[in-house]
Amino acid sequence: MSKEEKKVNRRDFLFTASYTIGAVGLGAVVWPLVHQMNPDKAQQALATTEVDVSQVEPGNSITVLWRGKPVFLKRRTQEEIAEARAVSMSDLPDPQKDEERVKDGKDEWLVMLGVCTHLGCVPLKDKGDYNGWFCPCHGSHYDVSGRIRKGPAPTNMEIPKYEFVDNNTIKIG
Amino acid sequence: MSDQEYIPKSKAGKWFNDRLPLLTLGAHLTDYPTPKNLNYWWTFGGILTFCLLTQIITGIVLAMHYVAHADLAFASVEHIMRDVNYGWLIRYIHSNGASMFFLAVYIHIFRSLFYGSYKSPREVIWIIGLLIYLLMMAAAFMGYVLPWGQMSFWGATVITNLFSAIPLVGDSITTWLWGAYSVDNPTLNRFFSLHYLIPFLILGLVVLHIWALHVPGNNNPVGIDIKKPSKDTVPFHPYITIKDAFALLMFMIIFAGFVFFSPNVLGHSDNYIPANPLVTPAHIVPEWYLLPFYAILRSVPDKLGGVILMFGAIFILFVLPWLDTSKVRSAVFRPIYRQFYWIFVLDVLMLGYMGAMPAEGIYLVLARVGTIYYFAHFIIVMPVVGLLEKTDPIPMSISEPVLTGGADPALARKDNEKI
Repeated sequence: MSKEEKKVNRRDFLFTASYTIGAVGLGAVVWPLVHQMNPDKAQQALATTEVDVSQVEPGNSITVLWRGKPVFLKRRTQEEIAEARAVSMSDLPDPQKDEERVKDGKDEWLVMLGVCTHLGCVPLKDKGDYNGWFCPCHGSHYDVSGRIRKGPAPTNMEIPKYEFVDNNTIKIG
Repeated sequence: MSDQEYIPKSKAGKWFNDRLPLLTLGAHLTDYPTPKNLNYWWTFGGILTFCLLTQIITGIVLAMHYVAHADLAFASVEHIMRDVNYGWLIRYIHSNGASMFFLAVYIHIFRSLFYGSYKSPREVIWIIGLLIYLLMMAAAFMGYVLPWGQMSFWGATVITNLFSAIPLVGDSITTWLWGAYSVDNPTLNRFFSLHYLIPFLILGLVVLHIWALHVPGNNNPVGIDIKKPSKDTVPFHPYITIKDAFALLMFMIIFAGFVFFSPNVLGHSDNYIPANPLVTPAHIVPEWYLLPFYAILRSVPDKLGGVILMFGAIFILFVLPWLDTSKVRSAVFRPIYRQFYWIFVLDVLMLGYMGAMPAEGIYLVLARVGTIYYFAHFIIVMPVVGLLEKTDPIPMSISEPVLTGGADPALARKDNEKI
């Protein structure tokens, strides 16, 4: 090959420019086809739920549906709170203090996604080895704070974004 | 090949064939030289074609009555069962047909494993077959979701959550698959769309599978290369077509037995409860044909690890032709491998059983042993046995053992000594 041919010429430029524009064009067409599968505006519009919790007695819990998923709202007794706070961090696969999982001054309310962090089943309440929840699908045990203690689930049950609108109303989302 | 020499008899046929050589293709398929010693384990290709067409035809009919909406799907399936003329029959054929399809495909795969049909020069046939198998699992899974019962909903939840194990992007991928923040109406809608698409993709791959098969020709129970056509072959029609037809008839008797006498025995009663996102059924179990992989998933006490091993259990099959180091194809002449083969079959059956049992105690221990053995079979047994094993002498041709009374390796050996 001569030196002349190795130099970048007009044709190389045209090839590179064509491929580049082609790739950008292809991407511009493919992205809408991919993105259409993400949650649409109607799904996103369901993003908040207000719950009246005035009827929940200490020690009881209710379950509400938020964005298609169950949310557990548990009003814990003082003993349960004490039990959750007595756990040593070294016993937790996903260490997190009970205080970090509730709102300041609202210690009795545990609000969390009732979804097992393993493969998404709904854990059963008041079951399992840790006085909390037990997932029947693949055997994950959660404690009174919804923290994973035993089984295949990798993390604690998720705490969604929520706030107290007033003393008896919780807004999730 | 004789294909090029084919000339249609009629003038119209010749005119058409010159423009589109469909008649040449037909003649090729009719005369296709086939090893004359194919046994009944070789009839499952035809049976599988029947299964695919059955699913497509009954599926198209069901789609005329089914409504893919979270609020209406369950009722529309009951409408099919109660109101639509012969709806119960068509639906039971379709739902049991999925099980029969997998039964046939497993026999087909294990036949290939025993007789070394995946080995050179048939690796591409094997890989296309595995792609078909993967698509079958996707179609079966999505089809199971459509009735929108409890098992549909929670099966969909568990399987789609497998993707959430992927580091960093897992949750985004899961949400993207759902089109919502949980399994919901958008999920059902897209699953219906894809469930309708996949059988036609499978059909396309079946064409490639058969095309790739017709390049080297069929493997056979003796596993040797044969000259085609020769005294070792017979034309596909009528010899193989009639054998396939007889086997298909037997298969259809079993199929009909399920459809008419125990149409729900392979399903779960929980799926006759409408989907409820607030309550998970006590025992989530996938359909029987996915149980061995489910057992592997559960045997690993780590989320990502379990998912990797489960997918790995399937993907390791893709490199099987290169893991098997033996020069001899058929296990008939491989005394050591033959024993490992049957241990492997038992291992897969045991894993299937463990997948149906709760993941605790002795079941979990056995599932772990089974999982380790499953991978050891491919990673250790196949390469090592292939190198160390002293194989029995293989016959020179198919006719040789046939004419001396059966493919008995001892006889073949005696004959070889004579030669």
